[in-house]
Amino acid sequence: MTAPTYDLGKLHGGLRLQAQKKLSTAHPIRKPPLPEQLVLPITQHAGDPAQPVVGIGEQVLKGQLIAEAEGSLGAPVHASSSGKVVAIEPWPVSRRFGDNAPCIVIECDGKDQEIESAETPLAYDSLSAEVLLAKILQGGIVGLGGAVFPTAQKLMQAITCDLEFLILNGVECEPYISCDDLLMREHAAEVIGGAQILMRALQLDVTYIVVESDKPEAIRSLGEVLGEHDDARIILKQVPTIYPSGGEDQLVQLVTNREVPSGGLPTDVGCLVQNVGTAVAIHDWIVHNKPLLSRITTVTGDGVAQAMNVEARLGTTVADIVEFAGGYTEHANQLIIGGPMTGKSVTSDRVPVVKATNCILVLSETPAQGPELPCIRCGDCASVCPVQLLPQQLFWYACADDEAKMRSYGLIDCIECGCCDLVCPSHIPLTADFRTAKARIRELADEKGRAERARLRFESRNERLEKQQQSRDLELEKQKEAARTAGPDAIAEILKRKQEQDEDQ
Amino acid sequence: MPAMWTAILTIALIALIAGIALSYASQSLPSDSGKLIDRVNDLLPQTQCAQCGYPGCKPYAEAIVNDNAAINLCPPGGDDTIRRLAETLAKDILPLAEQAANGRAVAIVDESLCIGCTHCRSACPVDAIVGAQQLMHTVIETECTGCELCIAPCPVDCISMRSVA
Repeated sequence: MTAPTYDLGKLHGGLRLQAQKKLSTAHPIRKPPLPEQLVLPITQHAGDPAQPVVGIGEQVLKGQLIAEAEGSLGAPVHASSSGKVVAIEPWPVSRRFGDNAPCIVIECDGKDQEIESAETPLAYDSLSAEVLLAKILQGGIVGLGGAVFPTAQKLMQAITCDLEFLILNGVECEPYISCDDLLMREHAAEVIGGAQILMRALQLDVTYIVVESDKPEAIRSLGEVLGEHDDARIILKQVPTIYPSGGEDQLVQLVTNREVPSGGLPTDVGCLVQNVGTAVAIHDWIVHNKPLLSRITTVTGDGVAQAMNVEARLGTTVADIVEFAGGYTEHANQLIIGGPMTGKSVTSDRVPVVKATNCILVLSETPAQGPELPCIRCGDCASVCPVQLLPQQLFWYACADDEAKMRSYGLIDCIECGCCDLVCPSHIPLTADFRTAKARIRELADEKGRAERARLRFESRNERLEKQQQSRDLELEKQKEAARTAGPDAIAEILKRKQEQDEDQ
Repeated sequence: MPAMWTAILTIALIALIAGIALSYASQSLPSDSGKLIDRVNDLLPQTQCAQCGYPGCKPYAEAIVNDNAAINLCPPGGDDTIRRLAETLAKDILPLAEQAANGRAVAIVDESLCIGCTHCRSACPVDAIVGAQQLMHTVIETECTGCELCIAPCPVDCISMRSVA
């Protein structure tokens, strides 16, 4: 058994929150029965929507590719059980903007028949880094920590940088969520296996697996597996329980004491962060040829009868999962996809579990929040902000819609953790305001880019027209010159030619 | 008493010299209007729609700076553009002279009707229409600025505007 180490950098701000994790960690991970219907959105990742490659009425098998990756930031989607495609239509989903998104709906035949793989999986250590990366791209694997950035593209970007550390994120700092905790308890070997594959794909020699101190069982189980493997490249680290130490940049700061530059990526300081769940997905795909078909989801809160962690097939509706967890209690009032801090409240439980769904939270009552009052500029928000922004100033400029100031005060670096909301004595929904302001800034930048392109096209067109005009003028000038200098012979010649032409006609 | 007169005379003399120097500089040194034109041009939406009465955004910017043209003639830019222009030029915010259509729109060619006359292609200020003589034309949606200049020249009325969210 390998013990964790504790030498850490310092994180600014953050909060100690009521963890509420014990609700759902009492039971092992359970598997809900096969639902009658699976709803698979074609966008389950950050990037361009996948392109469906199946038609309505088509029979599909479990693990079959049903939508191909499109564009530079794409991830494919696979059928998570066998059955018939009955519709490709907009369906309610949980996402930041908009309520409906195109989904492929599969009516399950109950056989759960797997597609036969053409290739047998090879031992990963016989594959080159390029082959591994290309293979990961096919598996539909995305970051399972919640940001769902396509993993292969993240790795391909990282490999072009000067990398030193791989950091596996098992911090899971948000209250209520315990899916990574249970995953590390029960699938520690796969986490380690995924780390080894990632190290080979990235040609790295140091991996930190970072776990928060409130998960002793996970640390023990990882330590045991590490002890068996005796792999000195993998180091287990424990971090204190402070929200939001699991944020990517925050974790890098904690583990390496290096600050990710504003607008930069962890790869700028030599680190690559992957969620532990992603490592397991990579392991299952490379070693067992199993694409990403399910994920572990916490279903919890005082609004469900039996809080637990489930291994949910992607596309299972939230209603089915909640029913498996004993159904809603009579006090159930609010349904949140994700955690209480960064999750999104949804109005329908028809939304499917997707690659991003780490938690289904049902609360009995909305936490009491007073009416929004004017900002008294107490500065509490600045002292808890993990990115060291000044939310009070940002709020000021967001109200004034002053884009330049918001930029210069670093709005783009806001990680939307929600700490400022919690401490604000005036109950100002700061994070929501910042989210809107960020969207507005992005919109303005888009507009600016379009205008710039249009200006260039307009200018180059004018230049072209001018050139054409000039060459026409030049030609005309030449002809005039020729006419002026032509002698009587030349004129007679031309007249003769003209006469001949007339006669021909 | 004489000390006071010395002071007054000295100051009056300095003021006179500075005044002469400044008036000379303002007449003979080149003005900064070129840079200002670029700054104003940057604030315009670059639709090149000519709805302002000038043949494009840059000409309108030149007219604003050099000929004191009104700043409220740009319908695609809307109130936001007027506000920014007013800030940059220290002028008063005016309401838009002509009400603009809402939101971004792009031209779309009904390809079943297009006869390939190339009239719209030559009308497009940003080269966003492609097509050859006698062959179907189409609009490059991502480059279209929604200026509507292609609609009038079409002899078969096959171009319409479609709003994009």
